[in-house]
Amino acid sequence: MGTKRTFRIWRGDADGGDLQDYSVEVNEGEVVLDVIHRLQATDAPDLACRWNCKAGKCGSCSMEINGMPKLGCMTRMSTFEENETVTVTPLRTFPVIRDLVTDVSFNYEKARETPAFAPPADLAPGDYRMQQVDVERSQEFRKCIECFLCQTVCHVVRDHDENKQAFSGPRYFIRAAELDMHPLDAKTDRKEYAQSEQGLGFCNITKCCTEVCPEHIKITDNGIIPMKERVVDRRYDPLVWLGSKIFRRGQVPQTSVTSEHSPGAVRSSATAHGVHSHAGGSHDTAAEVQAQQGVNWHREVPKPTAPAVDASGKLPLTELTFDRAAAPSPFGDDVTFPLPPEHLNFAHPEQDEKH
Amino acid sequence: MTTDSHRDTSATTRIERHHYDVVVIGAGGAGLRAAIEARLAGKKTAIISKSLFGKAHTVMAEGGAAAAMGNVNSRDNWQVHFRDTMRGGKFLNNFRMAELHAKESPQRIWELETYGALFDRTKDGKISQRNFGGHEYPRLAHVGDRTGLELIRTLQQKIVSLQQEDQRDHGSYDARIKVFSETTITELLLDGDRVAGAFGYYRESGEFILFEAPAVVLATGGVGRSYKVTSNSWEYTGDGHALALRAGATLINMEFLQFHPTGMVWPPSVKGILVTESVRGDGGILKNSEGKRFMFDYVPDVFRKQYAETPEEADRWYTDPDNNRRPPELLPRDEVARAINSEVKAGRGTPAGGVYLDIASRLPAEEIRRRLPSMHHQFKGLADVDITKEPMEVGPTCHYVMGGVEVDPDSGAAYGSVRGLFAAGEVSGGMHGSNRLGGNSLSDLLVFGKRAGGHAASYVDQLAGRPRVEVSAVETAVETALAPLQRDTGENPYTLQQDLQAVMGDLVGIIRREAELADALVRLAELRERVAKVSAAGGRRYNPGWHLALDLRNMLVVSECTAKAALERRESRGGHTREDHPTMDPQWRRVNLVCSLDGDTVRLDRKPLPKMRTELIGLFDRAELAKYLTDEELAEFDALAAADAAGKES
Amino acid sequence: MTSSATRPRGARARAAIAAKTLRTDRWWLAPLITVIGLGAWITYATVRVFMHDYYWVEEFHYLTPFYSPCVTDRCIAEASHFGQYLPGWWIIPDAAFTLPFLLLFRLTCYYYRKAYYRSFWLSPPACAVPDGHASYGGETRFPLIVQNSHRYFFYFAAIISLINTWDAIAAFRSPEGFGFGLGNLILVGNVVMLWAYTISCHSCRHIIGGRLKHFSKHPVRYRAWGFVSWLNVRHMQLAWITLGTLALTDFYVMSVAAGWISDLRFIN
Repeated sequence: MGTKRTFRIWRGDADGGDLQDYSVEVNEGEVVLDVIHRLQATDAPDLACRWNCKAGKCGSCSMEINGMPKLGCMTRMSTFEENETVTVTPLRTFPVIRDLVTDVSFNYEKARETPAFAPPADLAPGDYRMQQVDVERSQEFRKCIECFLCQTVCHVVRDHDENKQAFSGPRYFIRAAELDMHPLDAKTDRKEYAQSEQGLGFCNITKCCTEVCPEHIKITDNGIIPMKERVVDRRYDPLVWLGSKIFRRGQVPQTSVTSEHSPGAVRSSATAHGVHSHAGGSHDTAAEVQAQQGVNWHREVPKPTAPAVDASGKLPLTELTFDRAAAPSPFGDDVTFPLPPEHLNFAHPEQDEKH
Repeated sequence: MTTDSHRDTSATTRIERHHYDVVVIGAGGAGLRAAIEARLAGKKTAIISKSLFGKAHTVMAEGGAAAAMGNVNSRDNWQVHFRDTMRGGKFLNNFRMAELHAKESPQRIWELETYGALFDRTKDGKISQRNFGGHEYPRLAHVGDRTGLELIRTLQQKIVSLQQEDQRDHGSYDARIKVFSETTITELLLDGDRVAGAFGYYRESGEFILFEAPAVVLATGGVGRSYKVTSNSWEYTGDGHALALRAGATLINMEFLQFHPTGMVWPPSVKGILVTESVRGDGGILKNSEGKRFMFDYVPDVFRKQYAETPEEADRWYTDPDNNRRPPELLPRDEVARAINSEVKAGRGTPAGGVYLDIASRLPAEEIRRRLPSMHHQFKGLADVDITKEPMEVGPTCHYVMGGVEVDPDSGAAYGSVRGLFAAGEVSGGMHGSNRLGGNSLSDLLVFGKRAGGHAASYVDQLAGRPRVEVSAVETAVETALAPLQRDTGENPYTLQQDLQAVMGDLVGIIRREAELADALVRLAELRERVAKVSAAGGRRYNPGWHLALDLRNMLVVSECTAKAALERRESRGGHTREDHPTMDPQWRRVNLVCSLDGDTVRLDRKPLPKMRTELIGLFDRAELAKYLTDEELAEFDALAAADAAGKES
Repeated sequence: MTSSATRPRGARARAAIAAKTLRTDRWWLAPLITVIGLGAWITYATVRVFMHDYYWVEEFHYLTPFYSPCVTDRCIAEASHFGQYLPGWWIIPDAAFTLPFLLLFRLTCYYYRKAYYRSFWLSPPACAVPDGHASYGGETRFPLIVQNSHRYFFYFAAIISLINTWDAIAAFRSPEGFGFGLGNLILVGNVVMLWAYTISCHSCRHIIGGRLKHFSKHPVRYRAWGFVSWLNVRHMQLAWITLGTLALTDFYVMSVAAGWISDLRFIN
């Protein structure tokens, strides 16, 4: 009952690789992931590929099939022509580990930076009361299976690696939207955070994230655009702006956030190396409160970020054009010395003897 | 890689060392909850995840999490939940675990809300609860059909929020809790009888990693990957079960596995997905490869009177149930499973080893779409199978293992000869007895995850000195791990896995017979020889063949436990059906089968079940207890009841 | 947080795939159609706006939306419902108060942004097809940061829709008093679609109810939000339909005004 089909699969690692042709038997009703498993059991036992549930629920088997980011377990072979070559490649946006497996740590780093749910202070567990209509919007975003297809298809980072620092990606925009729409979330500055720290402004709503979402979450219409509108409420509303100019109050937290990140050339051209470090301000509720009251004397100074490079990837080392007084640190401007001990991976040879 | 280079590598192999207070193996619901608890107790905690963070098998749970919150029906309380759980497990449950579970699960669910979970709501804004088989009242907190995903995402995000706290206080996200994703633990290391650490490798790079930690929590899930047809993911290779055995802990109830009689067996893209019973209730019939509607041949005598004898009568039942007897397709689950099993073994099954479930020829397409919308949609979407046009191929599917590490009910500490080892979730045994109620697994994860994490932390506190890892033990572990890569003469791990799955699926499956089980043990012994010589092609970097070769060892030892225990228990109860001993035997209810490792061989012992406390047994009706208890136990119960009555009068 | 994050990271490379895109379907078709469609419409509209003629049918009071309200002193007096304020220089459109806002409303519309970013700006031309530009800052800085003002153009667009509604009502005329012809049908159809497009706007959806945290406390706004959301799903279709109805309405009025055809009258 099986027929032979041609597959082109990218094999290789960070040092290089290429598309290799395989002729493999395909049976009726199979999906791409089944074919990859057959290859593993026959021609290519060491073909690396992530997978887990095989039912479209865990979001592990993300790959690019004929150039489009898809889940391997949800792409049926019957969607291809009988004689069509199926090309399978790893996610293009992330560094490759081996074959179809990529290093998706970018996403987990961004997840770690997104402020978590802030429970209301006055409610004990069991006392939470929410109406179904109020939780439904957030529930849609919680359907996300974190397959990162939206993250890989988004041209902001897919085609411009240098934006990875400043841009969190659709997955984390809907996370911010989810929390902002959560009926009991106590944090009020998620919109400002999305705009200034997550890089919501980079999104030009070309909707590819929505197109590839296997959970059919309306990422753009229900998540990103409402967030953009909420930002407009706070930041681009001329009436509010006028009010703040006249009365000189009420808008301090926003300006404190924006002032750190005027979207200048340095920031957007910063290299992707080094971990993105955030200015503390907007994370910290205490600082927030203080900022509301007036000048914030204790606001954390933003940590320095990686050195800025020009279009050719070199440091712009003329004193006239460079934005700093001295040369940048050769270790990257976000590395401070001494390194914290938990960043070291060192065990003293004699530490075992001490016990 | 040649043997020469191996000598080099074993001398110079780089091993990354880490020091932690508590190492949690497994990043599903139980593991994450345990890690949160250990971290909240101030312990430096590592979470080891075999796949990426947040992809654990918990996401597959659809129904909900059972907790007697009484939001929908205020008469619900922990006693009712306890009763339901014991009934579901056919009274073989560890009563204390069932009690703790029933008492604590509401708290654990409410706690999730403070972490940001969004359950479906009732009209007055509380958590909505739904009905589920075996639960007396609506009890399952749920979010559509993705409750498991909600649970794991919530716990994942709670861990992130703890890491953000650490970042604020200590300047590093990983200061006190760290996730090692795509990392597999191959060995637990001991110092005498105390756990001293865990050894494993990064899947990504193949590099080794050593955790030195006085307490280890196992939360690795189940064993379904040893079966041909399973709804479980590749991670379910029984790692935790095997690690515990090798460290000197014991397993109980390993003979009890939950199977569903009709899971899809073909096409591969939907293999293991369950086909709900309502397909048969709506007119679906079972046929063998000869096209015969075979269920009429399998109606047991006791059911003869209630079930139709001819297809004509059976077909009339769908429209006129009052004057006709039911079609035999609606026999109890185990009868249906037995029938399918017999047909397949008699050579009348489909090529994939199932039978046909035909609804297409029975109802108009429009009607099928109306009655079974999600089924139709699921199969159309996943496999392009149109259930309105063609029959489905179904067979018994492995779903959940009730057995697992024998633990102290209160603390989750493993019994046996090892200290510092804890277990929670599917990998631990006892809670569900011989069968699990739907919805109890998710709350089980939370209740016992928290307990295991908390008690692991207090175990670390009361330790006088930290246990030390033996250098020689690490060297052995390295050698064992590298061995499959160095052989080039052995068999392909995928072939071995298929053979193992065939043995377990065919001989230790849903319906068991003595001769087959004995045969299975012989074959497993043969497989053990072959697995010892397995070889994996390729290098160490993200090499799935090598990973499988290392997992095989665990799958094999756990399978042996299952087969041995299944051979030993001569009765049918819950998830264990013996064709040669088809009834429940009250004497067997008093016995747990305990599996341990004696050198290299699997040993099986009998152990009496702990006796239920009087106030708990008093929750049950005498008539119900009579079905499960021996005469001796019943007499005891009567004496108690009499004393109680006398006490009330005086 | 994969394990690599735990070790010193070298520069890790992406998979070396030579092809810019491996898509095998006709991904270029959608942007191409957009370019042709929008290009044709803009050409037509430009020609019409600077024609300064054939916008008013005196007999039935039909006024094309491209000239409403007519505010220059070269306007036909009867067509200037709201007065004449500007000199009649040819470069000034006769509807100078409304056309710029309508243009900006559509230019900042979330759907049109998607359409022209993809098809004209190639950023990106289609999903998983590389961006045509070396660097990208999105809508983070001037001039594209101005896209955030969409909401204010929505307010203007709502007012203009009112004016168009007035035009459509005022057109139920004939020399004998009340009248009703094919032109009225077209004008009313156009206005209905314009309202649907305007109301289905994402900003409107936000203002109506999207900004609320608790729907349960605002049942009326929640229902309104539900209706707008229903329309909003069709925003793209409405965006194209209204381009069609605008051009059709204008063309019909032009044809009648120029005397190429005569209006089909149902009553008077």
